[in-house]
Amino acid sequence: MKIDFQHNQAAHCENGVTSNLLQYYGIHLTEPMVFGIGSGYFFSHMPFMKLNGMSVTSFRVLPGWIFKRVTRRLGIRVKRRKFSNPDKAMEELDRMLEQGRPVGLLVGVFHLPYFPKEYRFHFNAHNITVFGKEGDRYYVSDPVMENVETLSFEELKKVRFSKGTYPPKGRMYYIESVPAQPEIRSAIVKGIRNTAKDMLTIPIPMFGIDGIRYLARKLRKWPAKLGDKAAALNLSQVIRMLEEIGTGGAGFRFIFAAFLQESAGILQQPALNELSAEMTVIGDAWRNFAWQAARCFKNRDKGMITYDKLADQLMDIAGKEENIFRKLRSLNL
Amino acid sequence: MKLDDVPQDEAYLIEGKIRDVCYVVDKEGHYTRALSKGWIPKNEAIRLAWNQIYEHAEETRRRVLDGKLSPIAFYMEINIMDISILADYVEIPKRKIRKHLLMKGFNKLTPELLARYAQALNISPGELVDKERLREIVLTNED
Repeated sequence: MKIDFQHNQAAHCENGVTSNLLQYYGIHLTEPMVFGIGSGYFFSHMPFMKLNGMSVTSFRVLPGWIFKRVTRRLGIRVKRRKFSNPDKAMEELDRMLEQGRPVGLLVGVFHLPYFPKEYRFHFNAHNITVFGKEGDRYYVSDPVMENVETLSFEELKKVRFSKGTYPPKGRMYYIESVPAQPEIRSAIVKGIRNTAKDMLTIPIPMFGIDGIRYLARKLRKWPAKLGDKAAALNLSQVIRMLEEIGTGGAGFRFIFAAFLQESAGILQQPALNELSAEMTVIGDAWRNFAWQAARCFKNRDKGMITYDKLADQLMDIAGKEENIFRKLRSLNL
Repeated sequence: MKLDDVPQDEAYLIEGKIRDVCYVVDKEGHYTRALSKGWIPKNEAIRLAWNQIYEHAEETRRRVLDGKLSPIAFYMEINIMDISILADYVEIPKRKIRKHLLMKGFNKLTPELLARYAQALNISPGELVDKERLREIVLTNED
């Protein structure tokens, strides 16, 4: 049994699952549209959350928020389930498939057999869509893969019940109903406003624009505080978060620029085209930061690129991002 | 990033199977998509992370072969697990895992619990107790 479901590759898994599921129900939104309406753009540097013993840096909102915001803003009804019993979780999945519903699943990547080994860390917030079953094998639309993949019953059960930080616990979600004429324009405006608010106004120094400056201040002190080796590891982890599979380049900054450009047309707001171009410049600045940082942690530059200089670059990026979101907030959309 | 600048620094991604979707601007300034086989800065960030894992695992292997730690300690590291993740997979408390990381505790494992460890560490129970196998594992991600 196979649902007539179109797999489209995306940069990011949650954008991709959301976009593919919506498409199945007749709502055609590109990945940048999903990301923008879902206010996916963010920045945080969180010393209270550790990954491999180092503070977590993130360029997006928490897993699940994009899907939640997009469906809410478009008036789409969704159903979410989680399970304590793996067999029950698989039974429910089968039941949904038999009803002809494609199902979104939260999975861990560590045991995903089709993923390159080097990318298989204990990351538990990956999203896939399952859209059919033939014998023991499930048809899987994994947005970061170029083609449709399949997983056996046991493989799927294992990734749905992976362990570690934030275990997925068999979480699944599916669309119950969609409105005949979803309000795309107002959803775009809400998405932009929400992102500007997130980036500019959260009164905690680790989040938004302040978070970039916070990281810059900490990064400046890494070599003195942690020693060269740990400083290099911390820096390389920031780069991995910035450029890991699924950011579309430069920690989602280019996806957001694409969203602003597409929105300029839909909302008839030429000002958004200019802001899109500015956002592209910011993305390029992040890429430049990554390039310099890699030279620094590889130590190929013989000390020419210092943590001080990298911190200065981040401060400059923070200023640019602040500027663009102030403009976005004052736009009369 | 411009369409012509999409990096193709091949390392870990696989053409035709998994490549990065990049959002880039074309000559007219319009956003479009392109696939990338990888980019040097992120390839190097990944390589550094793995080198770190392998360096720790090498040290742990030496201590296992010296009889100071049990093979569980080694396989835990090459599965990028810590005591907490392993405890979740084996479904026993962390303090017990700590005991089993030493040879004294490891030798007292029941076959049933040994099998659970082996499953969590993605090997067979026979492989888990085989120190020769452990000696032969090559720790590198360089070609």
